[in-house]
Amino acid sequence: MTDHTVEDYWEHAPSGQVIADPDGRMIRANATLLGWLGHDPNTLSGKPFTDLLTVSGRILYDTHFGPLLNMGGELNGVTVDMVTADGRRLPMFLTANVKTDADRRPEFLRISIVDASDRRAYEVDLLQARQQAEREQGRVREFAETLRRALLPPVLSPPAGLDAAEFYYTASVDDVGGDFYDLFPLSHTTWGFFLGDVSGKGVDAAVVTSLTRYSLRAAAVYDGDPIEVLHNLNTVLSQELGGELNRFCTLIYGKLTRSDDGFDVHLASGGHPPPLLFYADGSAYYVDTIGGQAVGITSEPHFVASRFVLAPGDTLVLYTDGLTEASTGVGRERYDDEGALLRFAKAHSPASASAIVEAVSGLLEALGSGVEDDTAVLAFGVPPAR
Amino acid sequence: MGSECGPTVLLVHGFGCDQNLWRHVVEELRSEFRLMLIDLVGSGSSDPKAWNSTKYSSLAGYAADILEILDDLDLRDVVFVGHSVSAMIGVLASISDPSRFAKLVLLTPSPCYIDDDGYRGGFSASDIDELLESLEQNYLGWSQAMAPVIMGTPDRPDLQDELAETFCRTDPECARVFARTTFLSDNRTDLPQVSLPTLVIECAQDAIAPREVGAFVNTHIPGSRKVTLDAAGHCPHVSAPVDTAAAIAAFARLT
Repeated sequence: MTDHTVEDYWEHAPSGQVIADPDGRMIRANATLLGWLGHDPNTLSGKPFTDLLTVSGRILYDTHFGPLLNMGGELNGVTVDMVTADGRRLPMFLTANVKTDADRRPEFLRISIVDASDRRAYEVDLLQARQQAEREQGRVREFAETLRRALLPPVLSPPAGLDAAEFYYTASVDDVGGDFYDLFPLSHTTWGFFLGDVSGKGVDAAVVTSLTRYSLRAAAVYDGDPIEVLHNLNTVLSQELGGELNRFCTLIYGKLTRSDDGFDVHLASGGHPPPLLFYADGSAYYVDTIGGQAVGITSEPHFVASRFVLAPGDTLVLYTDGLTEASTGVGRERYDDEGALLRFAKAHSPASASAIVEAVSGLLEALGSGVEDDTAVLAFGVPPAR
Repeated sequence: MGSECGPTVLLVHGFGCDQNLWRHVVEELRSEFRLMLIDLVGSGSSDPKAWNSTKYSSLAGYAADILEILDDLDLRDVVFVGHSVSAMIGVLASISDPSRFAKLVLLTPSPCYIDDDGYRGGFSASDIDELLESLEQNYLGWSQAMAPVIMGTPDRPDLQDELAETFCRTDPECARVFARTTFLSDNRTDLPQVSLPTLVIECAQDAIAPREVGAFVNTHIPGSRKVTLDAAGHCPHVSAPVDTAAAIAAFARLT
C-alpha cells in the first residue's frame, strides 16, 4: 500500500476525521467532514472542535464528552448535532480516542464522525414508543381501577345497631381481581350480604363478578333462603357461561335479621373459606361451613348452611383466600398452612368490626408482596351492651 | 488525602461528571495540601436518597450542603476550589458563612450564562432552552451514551481499574434539574459581597465561560486576582492539569 493510498483514505474515508489537541483545538480535518459541513480547508485549524457543534452539543461536549475522553481515553458513539457553514444541523455520532506519549499524557485526540440521521430517527421513535407505552399503561391502570371500584359497593349501609367495615387489598394495579362483596337491605328487619371470589383475574373474571353480583341481588329478593340463593346463582352461571369461560366462584351468602339485642345470621357457603366469629368473651371460632362446593362447577352442587346469633360484642369476619394463600416468604409456605389465621383471630378477640378490619389490613401490609391475589375483608359487629 | 499539615483545599466539581475530574490536579497538589473532594448530590457516587429536586433547583441548596459538610467536620480556613457552576456555589457559601473559608479559587466561573443588557454571558435564552430541551428529549441517548465509555480504556490501563463505575453517569432526572439550575442562575449581584481573597482562573478559549465573563467576575469581586491559562475548553483541570494545579497552589500557599 502506498502512502498515497493511505492519504486518500484519510481524506475521503466514509466518515469525517479530526485530529485535535488534547484540549480540543483542531489540527486537521479530512475532506469528507469539510464537504459535509461546507467549510474551506485550512479555516478550521486551531479552532476548538466544539465550534462545529450546536450550542447544546458544545455544552455537552465541554462538560461531559471532552472530560470523559480525556480521563477515560475513549469516547464511544455519543450523539451530537453538528452545524454546517450555512447553518443546517447534521445529527452525528462521535467516536474518539487519545494518542498518549511515553508518560501516558495525552498528545492528541483522534475523532471519527459518522452520520446518525437514521439512527437518531430510530432513537426518537424508540423514545416515543416508550412514552406511548407509559401512557397506555397509565390508561390500563385507570381502567382497571375504575372497573375494580365499579364491582364494589361505594359505601356500606349497615342497619342501625350493626357496625360494618370493609377492606379491599389490590395485589396488582394493572389487573382486576375477581373479589366482591356487598351488604344491602331486603326488608325493614332483614339485610342480605355476600363476599366471594371468582376464579382467575382480568376482564373475564370481571364479567363473571358482575353477573354474580346482580344475580345474587335479584335472587335474594326472590327467595330468602341462602341455600336457594346459591342454587339460583349456580343455574345462572351454568346457563350464561355454559362452561365456556371455565369460570366459577366461591362465596358466602347470608341474611341478617334483627332480633332482641342483636342479629340472627343465616348463611350458606359455596366452597368458600369459613368466616371467623369473634365473641364478646374473647374466644374466636370458625363458622362451620365445611363441605360446600364452589358455584358454577356442577349442575347439582352441594352447599352448606349455618345459623347463629350475633350478640352484643360479637363480630363476624368474611375474607377471601388472598389472605390465607399469601406467601410468607419461607419456602413455599402459605400464611394459613399451620392455622395462623385462627391464632391471629384468638389474639385479637374480642374486636369491633373496624378494629379487626384494621388489624387484617395491617397483616396484609406486613405480608407485602407475598399477597399475590386481591383480598377482600368484610366484618359485621354488634356494639357491646352499655 | 494529601499532606497532613498543609492548608485544607476543598475541590468541588461542576455540572457534568464528578470528583474524578480532579484526578490529575490531585496528583500535583497532594504533597503540599490537605485535599478534600466531594460529589455534589445528584452526581457521581452521591447517595441517590439525598436527591431532592426542589432543594437542588437553586444553587443555595448546594451551597447549604457545602456549609453543612464544613460544619460537621468543623473545618476552618478552607481554600475552596469550585469548577464551573461550583464556583458560584462557593461564592454563595462564603457569603453566607465566611468564617469557614480562607480563600476562594473560581475555576472557569460564570455568574450568568445568558446574555443580558450590557452583559455577555455567551448564550442566548433560546440556546439554554435548547440545551434543556435536548436533555429532556434525549434522555435515552443521554444515559446510554455515557455507559460504554466506562468499560474499556485499552490505551490507558492505569485508569481502567480506578475510575469508578459511576464516572460521568448522571441520573438523567438529576442532570435535567442540575442543568436548569446551572444555566438559568444569575449570581451577578452576589459577586461584590465576596469578602475573601479570590482567584479567578480562566482559559484562553472557553465556549461556556468566555474571557469577558472571567473579566466580569474579576472586576466585580473586590480585590480578586485573575490568571488566564493557555488552554482551550471548559475543563483546564482535565486538559491542562499541571498549569491549573500550579495556579491553585501558588494562590493557596500565598499568605
